[in-house]
Amino acid sequence: MYRFEIARPTTLQEALTALKEDEAQALGGGQTLIPTLKARLAAPSVLVSLARIPELTGVCIDDAGRVCIGGATTHARVARDCAESYGALADLASRIGDPAVRNRGTIGGSLANNDPSACYPAAVLASNALIVTDRREIAADDFFQGMFTTALDEGEIVMEVRFPVPERANYQKFVQPASRFALVGVFVARFADSVRVAVTGASEEGVYRWVAAEEALSGRFSAEALSVLDVHADGMIGDLHGAPDYRAHLVRVMTARAVGSA
Amino acid sequence: MTKVAMTVNGAPVSGDIEDRTLLVDFLRGELGLTGTHVGCDTSQCGACVVHVNGDAVKACTIFALEVEGGEVMTIEGMANADGSLSRIQQAFQDHHGLQCGFCTPGMVMSAAALLKEVEMPTEAQIRDYLEGNFCRCTGYHNIVKAIMAASGQDVSRIAAE
Repeated sequence: MYRFEIARPTTLQEALTALKEDEAQALGGGQTLIPTLKARLAAPSVLVSLARIPELTGVCIDDAGRVCIGGATTHARVARDCAESYGALADLASRIGDPAVRNRGTIGGSLANNDPSACYPAAVLASNALIVTDRREIAADDFFQGMFTTALDEGEIVMEVRFPVPERANYQKFVQPASRFALVGVFVARFADSVRVAVTGASEEGVYRWVAAEEALSGRFSAEALSVLDVHADGMIGDLHGAPDYRAHLVRVMTARAVGSA
Repeated sequence: MTKVAMTVNGAPVSGDIEDRTLLVDFLRGELGLTGTHVGCDTSQCGACVVHVNGDAVKACTIFALEVEGGEVMTIEGMANADGSLSRIQQAFQDHHGLQCGFCTPGMVMSAAALLKEVEMPTEAQIRDYLEGNFCRCTGYHNIVKAIMAASGQDVSRIAAE
């Protein structure tokens, strides 16, 4: 690692001030950032830890019935605290990485990083969640802008994520066993008036909505409704773990399983 | 250099460290607690698992400064007060849950975290919980068996594979 300083603010205001420094970088749980620093792929001057700011941690339900999760809340806490209020989300959180990673990694960190194979982006996009930052609210449809790219500006912090709770939902993850990331993961959410399907791990553009499946499932919420749909290999990730056509195939298989389990 | 203070295995410790110091390097380099191992240094293998405020974490993927004021438990703090092996450690010995021993500190710390959460885990729960702990010697079978035994379950009918 290159040399840097660590700031440990206890208020949001202190954190935002610290993040205005040249080459400052927010530090969530560090489960991706620290390996990145070790590989010298990042060279911040100061890391601003968000772990000691009370209002960034915790889970609650707002007046609209949405599950609201603080940006610095760990995966382990989401798995525990959302089990009743949003079971499919808790289930997703309980299968990220491994137990030690889940005790450190945070939802805000995962979303800000937007790894193309991360689990949380699929839940956020399929649930039509709202990402609340220190300066604005961003709809999930506008937040994810391609591999490792989001709508966040420099120094902008994910303070909270608000999830509308679907009537039925399920996340299916085909695990890439070495990394524990999704080789392909699909989150299906059925609301009273719509169905949303979000796919992670498959596309070179990062998480995306499979609109054709959403339309088919809105007509009939059944795995058979997907059988007539084609998933093209164009634009799918190809690496030593899976070729583009393999991932394309998995998209439909995992979507069907998610519908069957929702 | 920044001053850091925390509790490790029940005793207050402090040091002057570079901000970028990882917890595992503070434990090993500053405090001489070399029972916590560094295997992969990329948060895959789990040889460095310790407890921070009661939770299992990978000490290679957390900065010492993040633990300021916190409580750390390492493998050195696992033995009983009289120096004898803890229930989990003894079970690893009894059931041949280690061979070279490099992964064992992390395995024991993960096992302790699991048994705190789930008193009587099933084999599947144990294997699932050890997802982030690699052992390249044993094939895991005797580790799983040891953890089941440590939780008070009868393992006499589980044959080694």
